[in-house]
Amino acid sequence: MNTLAPETFDVSVARVSTRPVKLDVQELDFFYGKTHALKGVSMPFAEKGVTALIGPSGCGKSTLLRVLNRMYALYPGQRATGRIMLDGEDILRPGVNLSMLRARIGMVFQKPTPFPMSIYDNVAFGVRLYETLPKAEMDARVEDSLRRAALWDEVKDQLAASGLGLSGGQQQRLCVARGIAVKPEILLLDEPTSALDPISSAKLEETVTQLKADYTIIIVTHNLGQAARVSDYTGFMYLGELVEFGETGDIFTKPATKRASDYITGRFG
Amino acid sequence: MAVSAARVAARRVSNGAFVVFCYLVTAIALLFLAAVLWTLISKGVGGFSADTFTMDTPPAGSRGGLRNAITGSIMLCGLAMLIALVFGILAGTWLAEYAGNSRYGSAVRFINDMLLSAPSILIGLFVWYLLVANIIGHFSGIAGSVALALLAVPVIARTTEDVLRLQPTSLRESGIALGTPFWTVVRKILWRSAGSGILTGVLLAFARISGETAPLLFTALSNQFQSFDMGHEIASLPVVMFNDALSAYDDLQRLAWAAALLVSAAVLGVTIFARFMSRERKST
Amino acid sequence: MTETTLIAAAPRTGVAVRVRPRGEGFELWFEYICCAAATMLLVTLGGLLVSLLIGGLPAFTKFGFSFFVTSNWDPVQGVFGIAALMLDTVLVAVLALLMAVPIAFGVAFFLVELCPPLLRRPIGTAVELLAGIPSIVFGMWGLFVFGPLFAQYIESPLMNAAPPGSIWDTLTSGVPNGTGILSASIIVAMMVLPFIAATLRELLLTVPAQVRESAYGLGATTGEVVMKVTLPYVRRGAIGAVMLGLGRALGETMAVTFIIGNSHNFPKSLFDAGATIASTIANEFAEATSPMHTAALLASGFILFVITFAVLAMARMMLGQAREG
Repeated sequence: MNTLAPETFDVSVARVSTRPVKLDVQELDFFYGKTHALKGVSMPFAEKGVTALIGPSGCGKSTLLRVLNRMYALYPGQRATGRIMLDGEDILRPGVNLSMLRARIGMVFQKPTPFPMSIYDNVAFGVRLYETLPKAEMDARVEDSLRRAALWDEVKDQLAASGLGLSGGQQQRLCVARGIAVKPEILLLDEPTSALDPISSAKLEETVTQLKADYTIIIVTHNLGQAARVSDYTGFMYLGELVEFGETGDIFTKPATKRASDYITGRFG
Repeated sequence: MAVSAARVAARRVSNGAFVVFCYLVTAIALLFLAAVLWTLISKGVGGFSADTFTMDTPPAGSRGGLRNAITGSIMLCGLAMLIALVFGILAGTWLAEYAGNSRYGSAVRFINDMLLSAPSILIGLFVWYLLVANIIGHFSGIAGSVALALLAVPVIARTTEDVLRLQPTSLRESGIALGTPFWTVVRKILWRSAGSGILTGVLLAFARISGETAPLLFTALSNQFQSFDMGHEIASLPVVMFNDALSAYDDLQRLAWAAALLVSAAVLGVTIFARFMSRERKST
Repeated sequence: MTETTLIAAAPRTGVAVRVRPRGEGFELWFEYICCAAATMLLVTLGGLLVSLLIGGLPAFTKFGFSFFVTSNWDPVQGVFGIAALMLDTVLVAVLALLMAVPIAFGVAFFLVELCPPLLRRPIGTAVELLAGIPSIVFGMWGLFVFGPLFAQYIESPLMNAAPPGSIWDTLTSGVPNGTGILSASIIVAMMVLPFIAATLRELLLTVPAQVRESAYGLGATTGEVVMKVTLPYVRRGAIGAVMLGLGRALGETMAVTFIIGNSHNFPKSLFDAGATIASTIANEFAEATSPMHTAALLASGFILFVITFAVLAMARMMLGQAREG
């Protein structure tokens, strides 16, 4: 522990040195009505890597995640200022087609949310919105997505069964399969294993590790061990601000700020 | 604390009276139900004959049945439910998904609750004024169906809104997160998820309107003969019950009881089925 | 291996060629359509108000204030006054409630506190069935079964027992044929009691278990817990439930028409025949003899609407937005 670590970290030097930046958050402020929930957050997300967002409850990590696919647009009274650059385009500017944005940025929620339809239809749901595929191609797409989500072997004989009949862990992987079936570029995972048992959690973490070869993944997690195992970069947030950011190995072994090191060692949580 | 024996005794007596009272009145209520059901079955079965389903409603002294009334009721209720389904589900969806806590939404909810308990005869008068007196110009089955539909819509709208509000927010958001347009989320995800609840509401609405008499008295009126022309008068079981039961003729009164049994069996059967389904849903 | 073959074979759709999601253009239209459907409810209520008012206007303008204070209802002469109708409507409803409320409360208390768990569902269902029976069936039952029995076992004895010249004598005068205002009230009471019971039961079930348990824990008896703790807890809603019953009783048509006897005179006795606004409309509207007759009926319908609306609005305020489940 470096007891001479500074209180604050100059986040303007947060950078991802080894990979191109897929999503670049710049000076993001977010408000729930009058509450200032995110304060001047700037953060890069590396392409085809996993970035974890950690921090105590209420620090704004889930809020940040939900800004990235503009989920907040559903609720009046919530607004964001700043810029988020996706491949050079600012996705926060008005006039952006939200449906198209969300097709490129997928999201998996804390609680598994299978749709009330068959497993096959669940996975095919998003695809059918955008593409008309002949049956053979659709079958292939569904199978591909289920394989990547490590669910294919368990459900290949019961694709017509309802998605609601699966176990919690399987439902969550179904949601992942559903999300990647539309071939997004970025996947947002909001505490995806917090409702799952340890075995299912491990399976899901394995899936994430395999998926990062093809997708940019941003995962919010309460579980520090999970962040350490799965991610390449980690951002530590506290009270709506990004306090520290860097490669996962560095953050966990030699955090630059006292607050981050206190959190990681469990001084507070 | 000294507890007086007299006080304790008094409390026990009054509690005893309370308990006896509750048992007694429940027994009275159940007795009423049993009495009505008993009458329905004993008088109703006696009114059936070989002709009941094959012949039309007769004048006094002739042979006859309920064929035209049965067909009429099915058509009237069928068309009414169709109209009510569309308006009710869409209205309930608007209240749950789009209206939020807006003032307009609260006003609509308030009006819906008023219409739920409003006297059905007044709805009949309104439809009479609008359709029979003005737009169509004469009595018709369509007017009758509209009147029944206006009674069913509030029930369906309220149940639909309640059931949709119960759906978890994360379900909505998962649909949105895939880029699904919101109305497709409503149709393909929320309506399907809430399906059995909405069906319960529809069944309860059907049970409500299939026994309604008052609004039909001056919209669809009645018809001595079997007719499929909804543009003019149509017979219905409740109106036949009204006319025949109040007539002075025994044979017509027997027919009225047969009709009463048919209607009650349908209503009670649907009610039991709907409650059974909603309990099934609650237990899963 | 299959997996790598699949990854290679399924090309990533280029961002530039992605099409808009199916159904996107209809988004706003759907909201408008749903809003229109909801607005139809407002239109219905408004239309109801307007049509009754316009239709009844000829009667209001011709008779003015006397419409409300005279009870002369003469279609032949073209003279109409609804004083007796209004009185009967309110009288039947109030008498019905006086009888229904204790029974309904007792049933609700029974189902919540006293009923053995196994019987709870069947008895609860039975109460719901009572609510489901069409009102015309109640009317028929009232006229053919209840009426004669009522005449024989209650009306006649009461009439004979009343001391001549006393108020009881007046209240029980008339022909003991089983029809009349009291009979109608009893039938209406049977009809509204399941609604009140069901609403009250839902309310009582919202009282937190800890509140009830603390009361029992202090040694209170069942009666005391119910009357002094759980009922006061839902006092506002209970009043609302009663007013809801009143609203329905005021508008009850079929059950009343069969058994009230249809007389437009001012009632002196509980056994006198009478007529409520709703029963009059049901009996006379289809064969109304003149435009003024029709207008008078529509006008009385307007009055009924105003009374019922006021009662139902107050009931809803009391109940809040509590759903009846």
